[in-house]
Amino acid sequence: MTYEIVVLTNMAISILFALSLNVITGFCGQVSLGHAAFLGLGAYTSAMLSKAGVPLVVTFIPAMGMAALVGLVVGVASLRVRHDFLAITTMGVVFLFTGIVRKQDILGGEIGIAGIPAPEFGRIGLLITSLICVFAYLWFVMRIRKSWAGFAFDSIAEDEDTARLLGIHVPRFKLFAFLVGTAGAGLAGALYAHQVRFIGPDSFGFVESISVLAMVIIGGIGSIWGVILAAALLSALPQFFQIIDDFKLLVYGLLLFGAMRFAPDGIDGVLRGVFRRAGDKR
Amino acid sequence: MTAARLSIKDISVRFGGLMALESVGLELGDNQLLGFIGPNGAGKTTLMRVITGIVRPVSGQVMLDGRNISALSSVERIHAGVALGQQIVKPLREMSLLDNVALAFGREKLLSPLRALSAWSRDAEREAAKTILSDVGLGKVMHKLPNEVPLGYLKRLEVARALALRPRLLLLDEPLAGLSKPEAAEMADLIAGLPRPGLSVILIEHNLPQVVRVCPTLYVQSNGRGLAFGSTDEVMAMPAVRKAYLGREG
Repeated sequence: MTYEIVVLTNMAISILFALSLNVITGFCGQVSLGHAAFLGLGAYTSAMLSKAGVPLVVTFIPAMGMAALVGLVVGVASLRVRHDFLAITTMGVVFLFTGIVRKQDILGGEIGIAGIPAPEFGRIGLLITSLICVFAYLWFVMRIRKSWAGFAFDSIAEDEDTARLLGIHVPRFKLFAFLVGTAGAGLAGALYAHQVRFIGPDSFGFVESISVLAMVIIGGIGSIWGVILAAALLSALPQFFQIIDDFKLLVYGLLLFGAMRFAPDGIDGVLRGVFRRAGDKR
Repeated sequence: MTAARLSIKDISVRFGGLMALESVGLELGDNQLLGFIGPNGAGKTTLMRVITGIVRPVSGQVMLDGRNISALSSVERIHAGVALGQQIVKPLREMSLLDNVALAFGREKLLSPLRALSAWSRDAEREAAKTILSDVGLGKVMHKLPNEVPLGYLKRLEVARALALRPRLLLLDEPLAGLSKPEAAEMADLIAGLPRPGLSVILIEHNLPQVVRVCPTLYVQSNGRGLAFGSTDEVMAMPAVRKAYLGREG
């Protein structure tokens, strides 16, 4: 039973993490190759506080705040760059993050932080908390999607210059996406730190950034349900099949390549196509 | 005396060593349709970009209804009442023509994400967009995606979308380019019907016969300088204009 709870909790955290990147990359069209840095910011903030005796749920707020604050700084810096250059800038963020953390003794340096207190409400409690966080975040991103903010994001993701011509204040919307996306990653980080109870710089590097981007692309960039499905599958598979875990990067890479080559709209696009064809036959 | 809708004073623009515009001035009243012509390289697009705020002049000022808008960003100018229909159509291809226009109509909701987040219904904007699309002759195809309609329709969409911003000054950059003769004539008629109290239109166009046919006043620019400004008949009779266009005065 414990094992299933761990798998489900990991799944919930992955979904939250992928949904948070989907706000930046999917809604707003800003490809980020450094999203794991914000997961790390949340994880370290929450871990340090909780080791100092702060209850887990209370650490959520500073964890989100810290990630969002740095997210805002990265967002402001990113306003001047687009497309490939943006991707490279965000890639720099993750190297900067791991580089700095490695040199800080107070953050455990290379070794990381061990002995993060177990959540006071136990494993099932952590699963339930994670699920509540996922649903709360999901509610918020669906609210964005359905409101005029979603309408504006659709235009920005497609063509920034045209969006400007329609009077949309593009920089403000981009920063908003960075804020919401990085805060979500910070929250996922806080949960993650208490799930594994040991964190180190390697948990939040470039590989993790690419893994979460793979979830978003495989699910279908911008599609909430596609991303949830992809994050659930990709986080659960390695835990059930040892061979996938051994070759995780290879599997992710192949899936990423396959999605970009054969199904650029991801699972979402494939499912839509299937339903459309089924509808046509009827 | 009411202020002019648009008043441009002493605008100069320099691109490196090149003087793209030199002391250009222009004044336009309300409810006017002004044809803006000039040979290639005359600086028409540059002047238009100065008005929309994309190009910053080294000197001079742009006034809209007596308000100096020179320091405003291009997005702020849109909210101040300057709209642009681009030469190369850029519809948002993943939404219907209706939503393209409705999005523009809701511009007040798009100034800040928090305001946009608390706005839900698109009904009012869609209704308004339907009227605008019908006015430009796109009523029957409004639910289609941009990729499903021909270029002529997208040119109209560009105009409809700019109108949906409820501008006081509408700049149209070569809306007739790429259209067949009958389509161009139809589009020119449509543009001729746009000005009304509260809206003036500047038509930047290479299609001289259509410009001369529908525009009561003309502004001609050549080599970055204003060459002529006045009623179409007078301007077209000027030897300097004929020379700039035809290379001879006859």
